[in-house]
Amino acid sequence: MVDLVEPIAAKQAPRYRFLLDRREVLGAIFVTPAILYVLLLVGVPFLLAVYYSVSAYTIYDPSWRFVGLANFRQIVQNPVFLETLGNTFLFTFASQLLGLILGKFGALLLLRPFPGRKLVRALIILPWAVPIALASVAWEWMFDSLYSVINWTLIALGVIDRAQAPNWLGNPHLAMLCVIVVNAWRFFPFAIVIFLAGITAVPQDIIDAATVDGAGFWRRNYQIILPMILPIVAIGLIFGVVFTFTDLSVVYLLTNGGPVGATSVLAFEGFQVGIVSGDVSHGAAISLFMLPVLFLVVIGMLRFIRRREI
Amino acid sequence: MQRMIAATLREVSFYGAVAFFVVLTAFPFYWMVITSFKSNSDLYNVTNIPFWFNEAPTLEHFRYLFEQTLFVRWLLNSLIIGTCVVAITLLAALPAGYSLARLTGRGGEALGIGIFLTYLVPPTLLFLPLSRIVANLGLQNSMWSLVLVYPTFTIPFCTWLLMGFFKAMPVEIEEAAIVDGCSRFGAFIKMVIPLSLPAILTAVIFTFTLTLQEFVYALTFISSTAQKPITLGVATDLIRGDIFFWGEIMAGALIASIPVAIAYNSFLDRFIEGITGGAVK
Repeated sequence: MVDLVEPIAAKQAPRYRFLLDRREVLGAIFVTPAILYVLLLVGVPFLLAVYYSVSAYTIYDPSWRFVGLANFRQIVQNPVFLETLGNTFLFTFASQLLGLILGKFGALLLLRPFPGRKLVRALIILPWAVPIALASVAWEWMFDSLYSVINWTLIALGVIDRAQAPNWLGNPHLAMLCVIVVNAWRFFPFAIVIFLAGITAVPQDIIDAATVDGAGFWRRNYQIILPMILPIVAIGLIFGVVFTFTDLSVVYLLTNGGPVGATSVLAFEGFQVGIVSGDVSHGAAISLFMLPVLFLVVIGMLRFIRRREI
Repeated sequence: MQRMIAATLREVSFYGAVAFFVVLTAFPFYWMVITSFKSNSDLYNVTNIPFWFNEAPTLEHFRYLFEQTLFVRWLLNSLIIGTCVVAITLLAALPAGYSLARLTGRGGEALGIGIFLTYLVPPTLLFLPLSRIVANLGLQNSMWSLVLVYPTFTIPFCTWLLMGFFKAMPVEIEEAAIVDGCSRFGAFIKMVIPLSLPAILTAVIFTFTLTLQEFVYALTFISSTAQKPITLGVATDLIRGDIFFWGEIMAGALIASIPVAIAYNSFLDRFIEGITGGAVK
C-alpha cells in the first residue's frame, strides 16, 4: 500500500507542495469531494422534490407549471391519505415501542455472562444484519395463507382448527399487526446492542456505590443506569424512528399496502403515486409529509450530539 | 433447600428467556434453511410436520436457482456495485473524515454533523427527483445508477465513522512525520492511512453491506432482470405470475444473507461506536 502511493507523493511539484502544506487549504481540498457529492445528489434532489410538490409534473406531461399548494390541498382532502398518515404513525410508534421493550429485556439477558453468550449474541443480531428485503420474504412465506408454519403450529397445539386459521396478510388488522411485528423484529436487535453499549459504559463503581447505599435491582436500573444511558438510547431511537417512518420495503414486500390500503404508509403511497402511477408531483407532495417528523428528529439529534460535547 | 429451588427456578427462567429470544430472532432463518433444502412435495403438504425433513433433503432449488435463473448474474451485479461504491466512498470519505477531524477546526465539527445528518435523509424522499436525474444521465434501468446513488448514504456514514477514528488517533504521529520533513499531505498518505487500516476495513465492510441491504433505490430505478442486484432479484424476480417459488426464493435469500450476517457479527462493536459517535464517553 505504502509503496504504491509513494511515487505520486514524491512527484508533487514544490509549489503545490507548499499549498498542500497549508492546513486550511489541504483541509478544504480534502473535504470538498464529499461535500460536492452530497450537495449534488442529496441537496439538489431535495430541492427538486420540493419543487415537484408545487408543480403539475407527471411523467406523461413533464411540465414545470407552478400550481402552488394545490397538490397538498387535494391530498389532504383524500380520506385514503388520512388513513395512510394514521397508519404511518401507528406503524412507527407501535414497532418502536415493541422493539424497545424487547431490546431492553434482551440486553438485560445478555449482560449476564453465561456459556454460549457469544453465539446467542450472534444469532440475536441476525434480523438487523440480514437485508430486510430478504427477511421480509421469509416472513411472507411464514405468513402464507395456506402453508403458514405459524398456523400449522397453532393447529397442532389445538389452539385453532384449520377451517378458521387466520389469513395473516389478508385481514386488514392482522396485516397491520404483521408489518409492525416484522419491523419490531428487525429493530430490536439494534436496540439490544445500543442498550448494551450504554450499560457497559456506565462505570461499575457508580453501580456498586448505589448498591451499597441500598438501591435494589429496579432502582439501580431505572434511577441510576437509565438516566445515564439516555443519550445513547435516544440516538438509537432516532435512527429507529427515521428508518421506520420512511421505510417502504417491509410494507411493499409483505402486504403491498393491502388489503385495500390497510397497511399503506407514507413512503409506500409516495412510491405508488409517484413511480408506479407516474404522478410525480403528487407523489413528491405525499413524501414531503414525512418532513415535519424528520425535522423534529434532526433537532433532537442535534441536541443530543451537543450534550455529548459538553 | 428452598433457596436451591429458588435458584434453580431463576436459572430455568433465565435460560427460558434466552431461548425465547434466540427462537424469535433465528427462526425465520432456520425456516429459510429448511425450506431451501426441502423437496416441493414435502414443502407443499400440510399434513407433514414442517419443522424438519419428511423426505430426503434435496439440492434441486439451488440447482434451479443457478441454472434456470439469473441468480449468478445478480450476485455478480451486487459485487460490481459494492466494489465501485466502496471505491467512490473511500476516495471521498477518507480525506473528508481526516480533514474534519484534524484540519478544519471548530467549523469542521459543525460540517461533520451536517454531513452526518444527510445520512438521515431517507431514500423515499429523494427517489422521485433522483430517478429523473438518473434518467437524464441515461442510466435508467442500469445498475450503474446504483453506483452513482449509493454513495449518497455511504459517504456521510463513512465520513462520520472515519472522523471519529481519526480524532482518537494520537496527533503526535503526524507531527513527527512533518517534523521529519514530510508534507502534511505526505504525512496523511504515508503515516495516517497505513495506521488506520482497521478503520478503513470497517468502512469498507459497512459500505459493502449497506449496498447489499439497500432496496428502495434498486426497486425504483431498475426493472430489467439482468441489471438487478441480488437483494432485489431474489425478492421480486423469483415469482412467476402469481406463483411463488418458495424453495428457490429461500435458497437465494439464504445465500445472500450469509456474508452480510458474518460481516456484521465481526464488525458490530466498531459499527456501534461509529453511529453513536462516542456518546457514551
